Amino acid sequence: MGSLTIGAKYKTTLKDPGTPGILRMNDDKFTFTPNDPRSAMKLNVEFRSIKGHKFNKVDGNKPALLNLSKDSDKGGGYMFEFDNVGNRDLCRDFVARVLGKHQGMPPRPTMPPEISVPSAGMEQLSAAEVERRVKLLREDSELQKLHKKFVLGNILQESEFWATRKNLLDDVANKASKQKPGFKTAMSDVRPSADGRTNKVTFNLTPEMIHQIFAEKPAVRRAFLDFVPKKMTDLEFWRKYCRAEYLLRTKNTAAAAAEAAEDEELAVFLKNDDILVKEAKLKIKQVDPTLDMEADAGDDYIHLPDHGILRDGSKETVDNDSEFARRTLSQELNRHAAVVLEGIASDVELTDAKSVAEALARSKKEPPSTSAVDDTSHERLLKVARMTEIEDLQAPRSLPYAPLCIKDPREYFDSQQANALRSLGASNDGRKSRNCSLSIEEAFHHLTDQISSIKVNKSNCTVIQSDMAVKVLNELNEGISRSRRLNLKNPQEGLLGRVPQHTRDELMDHWTAIQELLRHFWSSYPITSTVLYNKVQRVKDAMTQIYQKLQAIKESAQPDVRHEISRLVKPMTQALDAAFSHDLEQQQKSAKAGNKSNGF
Amino acid sequence: MSSAHSKLYSDDVSLVVIVVDTNPFFWAAAALPFADFFANLVHFVNSLLLLNHLNRVVVIAAGVSSCSYIFDSSDASAAGGVGVTATFDKASRKVEEFIAQDARATAGNGSVVSGNAASLLSGALSLALCYIQRIFRSGTRHPQPRILCLQGSPDGPEQYVAVMNSIFSAQRSMVPIDSCIVGTQDSAFLQQASYITGGVYLKPQELNGLFQYLAVVFATDLHSRTFLRLPKTLGVDFRASCFCHKKTIDMGYVCSVCLSIFCKNQKKCSTCGSEFSRVMPDLNSMPDQSK
Repeated sequence: MGSLTIGAKYKTTLKDPGTPGILRMNDDKFTFTPNDPRSAMKLNVEFRSIKGHKFNKVDGNKPALLNLSKDSDKGGGYMFEFDNVGNRDLCRDFVARVLGKHQGMPPRPTMPPEISVPSAGMEQLSAAEVERRVKLLREDSELQKLHKKFVLGNILQESEFWATRKNLLDDVANKASKQKPGFKTAMSDVRPSADGRTNKVTFNLTPEMIHQIFAEKPAVRRAFLDFVPKKMTDLEFWRKYCRAEYLLRTKNTAAAAAEAAEDEELAVFLKNDDILVKEAKLKIKQVDPTLDMEADAGDDYIHLPDHGILRDGSKETVDNDSEFARRTLSQELNRHAAVVLEGIASDVELTDAKSVAEALARSKKEPPSTSAVDDTSHERLLKVARMTEIEDLQAPRSLPYAPLCIKDPREYFDSQQANALRSLGASNDGRKSRNCSLSIEEAFHHLTDQISSIKVNKSNCTVIQSDMAVKVLNELNEGISRSRRLNLKNPQEGLLGRVPQHTRDELMDHWTAIQELLRHFWSSYPITSTVLYNKVQRVKDAMTQIYQKLQAIKESAQPDVRHEISRLVKPMTQALDAAFSHDLEQQQKSAKAGNKSNGF
Repeated sequence: MSSAHSKLYSDDVSLVVIVVDTNPFFWAAAALPFADFFANLVHFVNSLLLLNHLNRVVVIAAGVSSCSYIFDSSDASAAGGVGVTATFDKASRKVEEFIAQDARATAGNGSVVSGNAASLLSGALSLALCYIQRIFRSGTRHPQPRILCLQGSPDGPEQYVAVMNSIFSAQRSMVPIDSCIVGTQDSAFLQQASYITGGVYLKPQELNGLFQYLAVVFATDLHSRTFLRLPKTLGVDFRASCFCHKKTIDMGYVCSVCLSIFCKNQKKCSTCGSEFSRVMPDLNSMPDQSK
């Protein structure tokens, strides 16, 4: 970071006229040497002991001051007066940088030190982090409500609130994968345009088109990197390329052969793309080995005259004899599609043809060129074995299974309802168990008797009487229609459904709030620091408030829904009660253990 | 009955494993005599076998200290037609043998003291799942399996872990567990089992019409069930048993490592051995931090 040397006056108080001298600063410490060597006002202070810095607003004839404070609470420090504001600001920025480094935070020179002093839970957040949080809050209204209630209500600190939601933040971070813009799906064809008057043919190439040519024709890219700018200029290269394109387009094989013989650079464009051929070979190796591609090769009739796809007004056919490239439409389409699907490497910029070519060459990793022959054949055998699987010889497929999950909180309310029902009338059915305590022998004896009677009676007894059957059917029907009325399938119609809308919303709000608070409450135990102690106090106060609100809801409820509401509120108050009693227990414990070391 | 045929028709062919509670303490006090219950059961088994000639039914008895297969339709019908009497004779003989054996085992087992012992539901469920897995692995197409529990005696909270494991294993292999309670108390285990596996939980009111309940609610195959409106439980008791005293608890402590449940605060998890040294420390033992 270097050092700074500047003329300044050291002042012990604001009224002090000051001792003129030289202020030197480096990364670790600052020194002050008075001009008058007899003066005792020499300073040699390490920046570690400096906690903050202040500066005054300069207007009119007031001197420019900088105060380096040792301890922000006590106000002790070193005050310097500068000749002008420029020197002071220079010094101030330097100090801010050094202090920022020492305190592990970015320099914030313009922020008053009172604020920059880190408070207990203050954390430094990157802008991205803040943005992520804000985004989460915006998307989740429930979260926003909680945040508003607790963080803005000063019950929880920002960091405490988010500490339990790290996974949410991480999810957002993961999801934010940038979608790369790809190539245009339309094929950009390099087409000549003739002006008609002269014998000149014009090609128009845009940077985008060049990019695409490089991506689709790796041999051209390689040639570009080889030739430009050593052998020829950019313009010459593209002129040659266009010439080759023109020759190919006009299908003037003879002319092409002649030109290729003369100009070896031009020949590069006319030949088949060897990089592509290599890639294609590799791809063919990965094709399902049970597929006989040679047998299928002639099925398209494209090599026959008068067959093929109409392009540019003529049917195109494949003649395999020509050494020059003549890609068919389907080949070009396939290649283009492959390039579009591969997408653009993110670091490619469309500005400069050279950089584009280099970036593309970098992104294309050379496939392992020489893999051992036996290795590939082995791989092929494995693949064949996998493709031609004989069903009978396979191990059983892993059986389908369902994921485990019970997560709807409403289930809990409904289960509470069942518990309540059970406690109300568990014994109102027609069965009364004879309460008798039998010894093991007696019990088994009884059962053996029963079985003997089975053997004697055989199955002569009628299993079901018709009136009993009707009774059973009626009971089942009634039960089914009752559960249908309650419509437990629809969670809206559970216990919550019978409560008026606004009360339901209020209860659900309270429930989420209680869950949040309880999470913080229990995670603060054991209390090992004053920070945690204060947090528990705050959380406890908030819980008490909610408790009172719940009581109020219960008391103010309409008589017809009061029962339902009290049943809904019960689990909430139970959970809160457990927390309060735990707190009380802890307090008593620490009180019993003696007050001497009870620091909080 | 060759297995080749069953491979051709699998979507409406059922494999029903019926777990029967033969707890002597329960049956000694039950309103429905065991003899009547047994007659109902045999008729139900026969109905299942008559519904589709490829259906298979297995009956497992869950006693106090042992459990065993007491009926398997695949070896019963080897002689030919399915006769009620034949099934009846064979099953009753097997039940008698089983009860005698269970009585011997119980007499030799000192742990069953009070007259309130629970049946071995966990063991019976495990047997049922093993049987189903055997069928699963025997061929590519298999009958649709399901388990029906006919329980009378109250739950044994000491079996909580084993029963829950069976339930989750049934859920994973997509075997519904139906439950029909013939006793007085609802069973939290079977409520959860039916809820989790998507089976039917039923506690009939009129036990004398047991056959009617079984035939109406539990006889249809899984495919047909999708078209029927079957009884639904009003709620499920999700409470767990603690691992230390096997009591059913509303609120407790959960090991943060293995999720074992305890009713009291523990120094060390008895299941996985994790030490909770930071739980409830004595505040005064940390003077350096309390200032």
